Amino acid sequence: MKFWSRLSLLLVAGWLAATPAFAEELTGTLKKVKETGTITMGIRESSYPLSYLDDKQQPIGYHIDICNRIVDAVRRELKMPVIRVQHQPVTSQNRIPLVTNGTVDLECGSTTNNEARAKQVAFVDTTFVTNVRMAVKKKSGITSLSQLGGKPVATTSGTTSVQLMRANEKAKGIDFKEVYGKDHADSFLLLETDRAVAFVMDDNLLAGLIATSKNPQDYAIVGEVLNVEPIAIMIRRDDPAFKKLADDTVRGLMKSGDINKLYAKWFMSPIPPKNVSMNFPMSDTLKELIKNPSDAPAEAFNKKK
Amino acid sequence: MGYNWHWGIYFDKIKGGEETYLSWLITGFGWTVAISLCSWIIALVLGGLIGTVRTTPRRWAVRLGDAWVELFRNIPLLVQFFLWFFVVPELLPEKLSLWVKQEMPAKEFITATVCLGLFTSARIAEQVRAGILSLPRGQRLAGLAMGFTLPQTYRYVLLPMACRIILPPLTSEFMNVFKNSSVAFAIGVLELTFQARQMQEDSEQGIETYLAVTVLYFICAFVANRMMVWIENRTRVPGYITAAK
Repeated sequence: MKFWSRLSLLLVAGWLAATPAFAEELTGTLKKVKETGTITMGIRESSYPLSYLDDKQQPIGYHIDICNRIVDAVRRELKMPVIRVQHQPVTSQNRIPLVTNGTVDLECGSTTNNEARAKQVAFVDTTFVTNVRMAVKKKSGITSLSQLGGKPVATTSGTTSVQLMRANEKAKGIDFKEVYGKDHADSFLLLETDRAVAFVMDDNLLAGLIATSKNPQDYAIVGEVLNVEPIAIMIRRDDPAFKKLADDTVRGLMKSGDINKLYAKWFMSPIPPKNVSMNFPMSDTLKELIKNPSDAPAEAFNKKK
Repeated sequence: MGYNWHWGIYFDKIKGGEETYLSWLITGFGWTVAISLCSWIIALVLGGLIGTVRTTPRRWAVRLGDAWVELFRNIPLLVQFFLWFFVVPELLPEKLSLWVKQEMPAKEFITATVCLGLFTSARIAEQVRAGILSLPRGQRLAGLAMGFTLPQTYRYVLLPMACRIILPPLTSEFMNVFKNSSVAFAIGVLELTFQARQMQEDSEQGIETYLAVTVLYFICAFVANRMMVWIENRTRVPGYITAAK
């Protein structure tokens, strides 16, 4: 695996060196954009604060801002001042098929970069890192996974958290009852109505759900970090020219420090529609990634365990 | 634009576990069949009862039956699942409510079965009523004139004929139960659709996943269909609603 990825990198590097810059035919997404004059951005409707709709139903968020910079870079690269940007709402179920079949060119949502997905799509350098933890009601007194034996624990079906709960259950010999919500709002409802004593999910999503709940002071995010997940913008596989352009844009933001301003804007200050701040300081893992940008999948972050 | 095919995915191990994806699909299939059969029994018993009651001369019973049918027929199935799962337990006394929400064994399965059973019972009740009303009025009168009581008239004269008439629509209903059970994923029953979503997310091999699930649902519905046709043939009365043979 390692050997082959190295080899392909070498080949790509060799190919890039051998071709005079920009003289070559356009390929992949760039070619498609040049021909159609349109680029399609995949957006999420409620992935606070990475990608969501404001009260005018316009997509906004941290990843939307970054994607707009990438689109600017495409305009410069193709020397086309006018490129129409289309917004296509996606869900966690359809986002990968929509990217592979060409409907969406640039998915700006909250997608974890992992090895299984990397077989179907490619990821731009990681721009956000989430820790999987659990939300509980403060009055339950729960602070650790080990207190959950025999109790119902909620998570959202079709997310990576389900695999984590299974793995942890096995490793620690704790036997809890898994209950499933169909989306994050449903899973939070399970916690809110005492059907579950804990809700295991990405901590930024939990913080967002708590901040917008009826009684935010009733809930807390507690317990050990079950997994570190790199969240990244998703593009098609085998499209080195477009990937390089997107990577360079992200790296530029990281080098100039602009990324810190964007982070502060979306995670540390009041944001629409409710003008509540997420109060979600940058994790050390992300600080490290800003110094050394990388598109390594989640598996690379969690090997030590 | 490249989709990465992997037909061996069913025999691959799931992430962080020992089972294969195939074993997921099989457990899901098991739950789908269990929910469907259990709710079909509930639906047949209640639907038969209520449909019959709606053709009797008792006005209050007819009203009650009508109300039942309209209630369960006019609310979308998904909403009914949510009502049974999220709303009904809140109406119970606090101790019992908490027990239902946290301790009750197989609560998703029971909720789903009851909900789907009642939903289908309304549809069956309507068909049973239609079947009985389609019989000539003379049959009922003849039964009563023979000295049968009203229940006896139903038992020996009306129902045996009505049941035969409604077998074809009942067949569709039986097949629908299997397909409708897929909505139960929304309240977290680990049935086939739920497992399909998990498998798709886990493996990112969506096309292979949904193809397998399509085949499994098709098998369910097809077997149900064949069974009903067999019953239809076995119970046929020669000379009455004859099919060409």
